[in-house]
Amino acid sequence: MVRRNFMKTISAVAVTAAFGLNSFAALAAETIKVGVLHSLSGTMAISETALKETVLMAIDEINSKGGVLGRKLEPVVVDPASNWPLFAEKARQLLSKDKVAVVFGCWTSVSRKSVLPVFKELNGLLFYPVQYEGEELEYNVFYTGAAPNQQAIPAVEYLMSKDGGEAKRFVLLGTDYVYPRTTNKILRAFLKSKGVADADIMEEYTPFGHSDYQTIIAKIKKFSSEGKKTAVVSTINGDSNVPFYKELGNAGIKATDVPVVAFSVGEEELRGVDTKPLVGHLASWNYFMSLKNPQNEKFTKAYRAWAVKQKLPNADKAVTNDPMEATYIGINMWKQAVEKAKSTDVDKVIAAMAGQSFKAPSGFTIKMDERNHHLHKPVFIGEIKADGQFNVVWRTPGPVRAQPWSPFIPGNEQRKDQPEGR
Amino acid sequence: MHKLRLLLGICLLSISCAQAAIDPGLLRPLAADDSDTRIAAILALVEAAPEEAQPVLQAMAGDSLAVAGERVVVLGAGGRVFDAASNRELTPPPAGIETIGINNRVRRELASALAALRLFSAEREVRWQAAQEVNQNVDAKMLPLLDRALAAEKDPKIRARLQLAHAQASLGSTDAAVRLAAVKTLGESSDPRVRQLLLPLTEKQGDTWVEADSAVRAAAGTSIRSIEQRLAWADNLGRAFTGLSLGSILLLAALGLAITYGVMGVINMAHGELLMVGAYSAWAMQSVFRAHLPGALDWYLLAAIPVGFLSAALVGVLMERIVIRHLYGRPLETLLATWGISLFLMQVARTLFGAQNVEVANPSWMAGGIELLPNLMLPWNRIIIVAFSIAVLVAMWAILNLSRLGMFVRAVTQNRPMAGCVGVPTGRVDTLAFGLGAGIAGLGGVALSQIANVGPDMGQGYIVDSFMVVVLGGVGQLAGAVWAALGLGVFTKFLEGWTGAVVAKIVVLVLIIVFIQKRPQGLFALKGRFVES
Repeated sequence: MVRRNFMKTISAVAVTAAFGLNSFAALAAETIKVGVLHSLSGTMAISETALKETVLMAIDEINSKGGVLGRKLEPVVVDPASNWPLFAEKARQLLSKDKVAVVFGCWTSVSRKSVLPVFKELNGLLFYPVQYEGEELEYNVFYTGAAPNQQAIPAVEYLMSKDGGEAKRFVLLGTDYVYPRTTNKILRAFLKSKGVADADIMEEYTPFGHSDYQTIIAKIKKFSSEGKKTAVVSTINGDSNVPFYKELGNAGIKATDVPVVAFSVGEEELRGVDTKPLVGHLASWNYFMSLKNPQNEKFTKAYRAWAVKQKLPNADKAVTNDPMEATYIGINMWKQAVEKAKSTDVDKVIAAMAGQSFKAPSGFTIKMDERNHHLHKPVFIGEIKADGQFNVVWRTPGPVRAQPWSPFIPGNEQRKDQPEGR
Repeated sequence: MHKLRLLLGICLLSISCAQAAIDPGLLRPLAADDSDTRIAAILALVEAAPEEAQPVLQAMAGDSLAVAGERVVVLGAGGRVFDAASNRELTPPPAGIETIGINNRVRRELASALAALRLFSAEREVRWQAAQEVNQNVDAKMLPLLDRALAAEKDPKIRARLQLAHAQASLGSTDAAVRLAAVKTLGESSDPRVRQLLLPLTEKQGDTWVEADSAVRAAAGTSIRSIEQRLAWADNLGRAFTGLSLGSILLLAALGLAITYGVMGVINMAHGELLMVGAYSAWAMQSVFRAHLPGALDWYLLAAIPVGFLSAALVGVLMERIVIRHLYGRPLETLLATWGISLFLMQVARTLFGAQNVEVANPSWMAGGIELLPNLMLPWNRIIIVAFSIAVLVAMWAILNLSRLGMFVRAVTQNRPMAGCVGVPTGRVDTLAFGLGAGIAGLGGVALSQIANVGPDMGQGYIVDSFMVVVLGGVGQLAGAVWAALGLGVFTKFLEGWTGAVVAKIVVLVLIIVFIQKRPQGLFALKGRFVES
């Protein structure tokens, strides 16, 4: 009796499982799963939440035009909560459990470094949309943000130019992790090559989530009063930027005296700050919301409509920024590559990515390099305006090719400009 | 010259004068592509039409100067457009308006041009600002202008400023006597930039002195020393103030815990979340004011104080009634339960307000600061928070020591059964005391919302600091918490100035561990008998 019941149950389970699997398989054939790996809580949520929204918006756009290869895209959103080991765990879940075709994600370099082994082991595909320090070239990753020569170096060159204020002394200020440390190493070597002495460079780091910038601001004031014209290069990441800029405004450091150029502060981060005392401080990016061209108008309008539709907080004031643009370029290029490869197979898509081009909101036709997995991007330098937008004061004539291996770090000359294939 | 001054004085007051037309040919180069042309245009404009130039330059500095075709226009409030040359309103507004964006270099030139024009304003405050501004950016070309301003200026404070600027501008004079007088005047300054100007005078370049005259050299040396003395003094004062400010923040964060943990002995891991409740109340009040009382938006913070106190106190009372009162005398269970509550509250905040930080703006009366010396600026928000923490501390001391509730709280913590025997409702006193501690944490949260980020996880950053303060000060001691907070604040800030923020954090934690091992009872040990011990 018991035994018969047991058999019955087993077969019932088996039947259900089979049906379940079947319907599951049918569903999977219809949609392509796309992983979204951005922190939606914790210190990085201020920056990364908007990227998740951008991916979802782009997916919605692609789906409304019939999807990719006739199949709809299905987003799988996870929250790694600004917790670096959790990034690896969630990446593994996306690749091995959800079987996503591609992942869009990460902001900080430490999170990217933490997911890299997973992507290599499971041969996944990651699109990384944020400016970073370079010194890395992985087969499984496409870098749609800027390499140092597409952001940091032009920014410092601008500060040293006549219009930038002819700065002779530099404060390199950052959050204490791999991106600011490496970028500052590159910048220090670059400044040395331009004849800036070590005594004229001050390097300062704060922990993630640091909120008391009084001492550092006082130090900057002191350093800047000790002679030649001083500029600050900030690689502060995450929500620390809000107290930093608040303190900067309150301490009365004006951009005309000591300009601060930031590499991780865009329109989104400035939403939480009163920007009136910050007018004139700078940011260097490959895109600004204030750029005037038809692609950008379409992009900003689409995002604002999306924000209103999703009832995002402060939707009427929704802004776009550089990493959002990079995310948008990334997902569209991935779509083109999949269509070219006629498959979502990672190796085929990677091969098809080379040389893809896309008319980006920056107003330029952006190309994926044939070899080095980076985009050719234009560089813009903008000054903060009273309304939290940027006024572009300098730009490159056209897109610049990325140098992931900075020539300012010794030993990089022998590095190959192409990732090792599988 | 006198006539010009008179003209300037009258012009700045009257609008009719600003309607006098400017040659449009002077205005057009302001919109040029390269900064050199623009700066030349600004100087030419000031030269040609000093009185009419001011509104135009002001508009340019405020990002409201624009071009429409060939015409330069000023953008007014409410979408109105004025012709910059004639200052007449253009109706309908011309099409294709493009704002003239300026960069820092142009902005600097604008500021000094405007300051020079404003030196002749009729209003004392405007002239004072202008005199400050002029000091930031002096060169020899400005000497005639400064002479003129000095001749007209009666106010002694402004005169002193102008004389400093004058001295800076005349350092390059060929007459040694003029240089000597300038160097002596500059000794009165306490601006680090002036020291920088004087330093080269005392140095040798190759074999020859940069400054040929030995009397000027000696005077420069004396001036530099007196400036440096003042600078060092201001530096230390500044450091002490930042320490005091950090201390007051630590104190506000920890005061609530000093009651719930310090006096009542409840290890409240959800303390950080009570701070968060207070901070979110500030945000909520800001939203309410923005929606319903936009005129009084600046005062939302005053409304947030009682709201923050009451909402955090309410959460505290509920916590105590529902969970904690069943766990008195069982510290481990209390710890785990309150930790659970902390996770619960964080998730509630995330669900209600979103995982992202919310924006809490400083009211305008908290922005900016007082400039005591050129290198010492005390921000208003910090000053107000120091004052607020003192007020909260005094109120708390008064409640604990002067009120009936305070007497009951002390009685219950010192000897619970005896207090019960003489008719103190111990259960209710516990609830009220916990509510009070929670409410004070809420007040701390309101203050924190002004300087730190407000988000669901914000409490996590303060829980460790709060426990550190209470344990270091000695459990059960208000005075201990005060000294510990101030000590930690000042010590951290002096250390940060020396080692940097990352190392300072580590050193402070290590020192506290060592200290607690040597002296587990904290700075101030409570003498007497705890009924539990």
